[in-house]
Amino acid sequence: MSTAEAHHDDHDHHGPAPGFKRWLYTTNHKDIGTMYLLFSLIMFFVGGAMALVIRAELWTPGLQIVDPMFFNSMTTMHAIVMIFGVVMPAFVGLANWMIPMMLGAPDMALPRLNNWSFWIMPFAFTVMLSTLFMDSGGPAGGWTMYPPLTLQMGDSFAFVVFAIHFLGISSVMGSINIVATIFNMRAPGMTMMKMPLFVWTWLITAYLLIATIPVFAGAVTMLLTDRYFGTSFFSAAGGGDPVMYQHIFWFFGHPEVYILILPAFGIISSIIPTFARKPLFGYDSMVYATASIAFLSFIVWAHHMFTTGMPLAAELFFMFSTMMISVPTGVKVFNWVATMWRGSMTFETPMLFAVGFVVMFTIGGLSGLMLAITPADIQYHDTYFVVAHFHYVLVPGAIFSLMAATYYWMPKWTGNMYDEKLGKIHFWVSTIFVNLLFFPMHFVGLAGMPRRIPDYSLQFADWNAIASIGAFGFGFAQLIFVWVIIKCYRGGEKATDQVWEGADGLEWTVASPAPYHTFETAPEIK
Amino acid sequence: MSAATSGYYIPHEAKWPIVGSIGLFLFFYGFGMFLNDQTGGGTVTLIGAAIVVVMIFGWFGLVIKESEAGTYNSQVDTSFRMSMMWFIFSEVMFFAAFFGALFYARTFSGPWLGGDGAGGAAATNAVLWSGHDYVWPSDGPAQLGGDYQAMGWFGLPLINTLLLLTSGVTCTIAHHAIKDGNHKKMVRWLAATVALGTIFVGLQALEYYEAYAHLNLKLTSGIYGSTFFMLTGFHGFHVTMGAIMLAVVMFRGMKKHFSAENHFAFEAAAWYWHFVDVVWLGLFIFVYLL
Repeated sequence: MSTAEAHHDDHDHHGPAPGFKRWLYTTNHKDIGTMYLLFSLIMFFVGGAMALVIRAELWTPGLQIVDPMFFNSMTTMHAIVMIFGVVMPAFVGLANWMIPMMLGAPDMALPRLNNWSFWIMPFAFTVMLSTLFMDSGGPAGGWTMYPPLTLQMGDSFAFVVFAIHFLGISSVMGSINIVATIFNMRAPGMTMMKMPLFVWTWLITAYLLIATIPVFAGAVTMLLTDRYFGTSFFSAAGGGDPVMYQHIFWFFGHPEVYILILPAFGIISSIIPTFARKPLFGYDSMVYATASIAFLSFIVWAHHMFTTGMPLAAELFFMFSTMMISVPTGVKVFNWVATMWRGSMTFETPMLFAVGFVVMFTIGGLSGLMLAITPADIQYHDTYFVVAHFHYVLVPGAIFSLMAATYYWMPKWTGNMYDEKLGKIHFWVSTIFVNLLFFPMHFVGLAGMPRRIPDYSLQFADWNAIASIGAFGFGFAQLIFVWVIIKCYRGGEKATDQVWEGADGLEWTVASPAPYHTFETAPEIK
Repeated sequence: MSAATSGYYIPHEAKWPIVGSIGLFLFFYGFGMFLNDQTGGGTVTLIGAAIVVVMIFGWFGLVIKESEAGTYNSQVDTSFRMSMMWFIFSEVMFFAAFFGALFYARTFSGPWLGGDGAGGAAATNAVLWSGHDYVWPSDGPAQLGGDYQAMGWFGLPLINTLLLLTSGVTCTIAHHAIKDGNHKKMVRWLAATVALGTIFVGLQALEYYEAYAHLNLKLTSGIYGSTFFMLTGFHGFHVTMGAIMLAVVMFRGMKKHFSAENHFAFEAAAWYWHFVDVVWLGLFIFVYLL
């Protein structure tokens, strides 16, 4: 406390407030980051439980455990929870914790707004999840909420739309905060091209959010008025078009995909140089590649809609623009591999997850390339092949990057080293089961198994049983993760300031655990 | 470090964010109940809205007090400026969704319903909407909402355009006044701006009355009615917000909160005002004229 220093404003200088008020009222980026991360960890198990309901039902053909309507609301809610409740808040939590420390800033640019961005999340998800307990059941038309199907939903529809508005307010405020922090809070000498790539990828992600979340809000607003106020945006009888919803939705939806992966690229670009003990290969090209991916993400949306009967010219344009994304993405994968080339590599848990990310994300990227080919996509559309594709980029992609980040920075957060042996077990168990879970989906998908259906033809039985084993194995393996976190928080070998031998960056110059306030005086950056 | 030594002011804890979350929660939940005809929905919505209003007063009041105490340096000011800029950009994208719907319906899906275009359009028209000839303004092949007249550009919309453009000028005069440190002049011209904005909203309401009472043009009049009321309605809501912001700035001007160098609140409200102005020009061209 700074009460002794009478000339100071005693408000802006003290440690955490006592009791629960610390968490409710805090303006500290580390507190807010911690809350975001814990929230997303809890939601990870909520969304995971939903996935296990799905996999339990799909264990054998036929209907056995749940009502088909409930099955559909599980697939819908699983997606909404994992996207908006797990991956996005986890990345924002990391941004909160790390960006000010990486830039040598005392805090985020707008700390109170930061608090609000977080404290919207639990309330918004209360609205969202409460729909599962309504008489009409939760949303069951898929997270993409295509009309007219979604307009036939019960009472829960209005609540789902408002929960999306609510979450959107949080995302836009959070992104504005991140943009202002990166542009305005850098320590003297921290030029844009000296920023760690995690900061760069988040800057670009924040723009994707500011530009697309309002479009999503507009799209669901039109759904709402179509349902409750008699407009005809998405009704052909009134001169509208249901496919128009898909265009507007995917104009948001595709950049959203990159919102879920660009910060992951930044994390991997931080971790691989540390454990290869070499600077990142091609820093500049990484920045340009990230910006190119972001730009391209705005002109590829209709590749989600190849079977809607678009004009041929549109199909061709969206096919080629989509394929173009593989160029900057390829640059990234090449740079990661080149960073490892002839490095003095060690394989601590963060590095294992990072290398796992590079390999398995690339598998997801390559199946994406297959899906980009219009004539092929007409076969793959709405099959388990698509499910396999986006789960490869999101689970051993985005989720693995989050685990890598947790292991990488946890010593900085808690001041203790995590249990390396348990961490490695967590990695190997997760990796084995995640492939058991998602790789067979390629086979059943190519053989024609449709997604979002609780029953399936007998020929798909074997691979589905294997996928279900993978799902339960992967799900329960995450309890190891929770145990490692709790154990690390409670104690363990003391971490040094630098933590990792090859670590480079401002966050490694402060004490472990990082003090409540860091860089109150800006550091000099040479 | 305090503001004096390291520069950037890290605000102390505040209860307003959590109050705002509770307010919005009640507002959204209540509105959902209301739309589903559940009892108490309207009341919960209003309570939520009231809490949000209290939060806005409390939070802004706190920030104004801190600003008046000289807590914010120029770097904090830059953060505020950037945030307002990107907030306005997010609003632009919100309107883009509705403009996108208008353009898509007029350029693509409308003509396709009428049988134009390659692929299956002609067949769709022949089988599903036989005899439907697409012309904008359209209430669709089922002619939802019955016969109606489209809103012309001459008359109220033209007057409203002139009002908003004039208000942009008066707003700029007020800005120059505060840059010269002339409070009285700033307040006068701001009052004129707020008045023009208020008249605009009033005339817009009159236009809606005309549409419903005499033109049979309703929200339910197919895609034309949907896009017309959605775009002009959201714009009108934004004009109302902007006018409230300018009114607050005007009252603060009366209390001499601003100086020639330091008047970010004024500029933020003015940017917002110019934004609604530009959106209106888009509306006037694409909703009324073309």
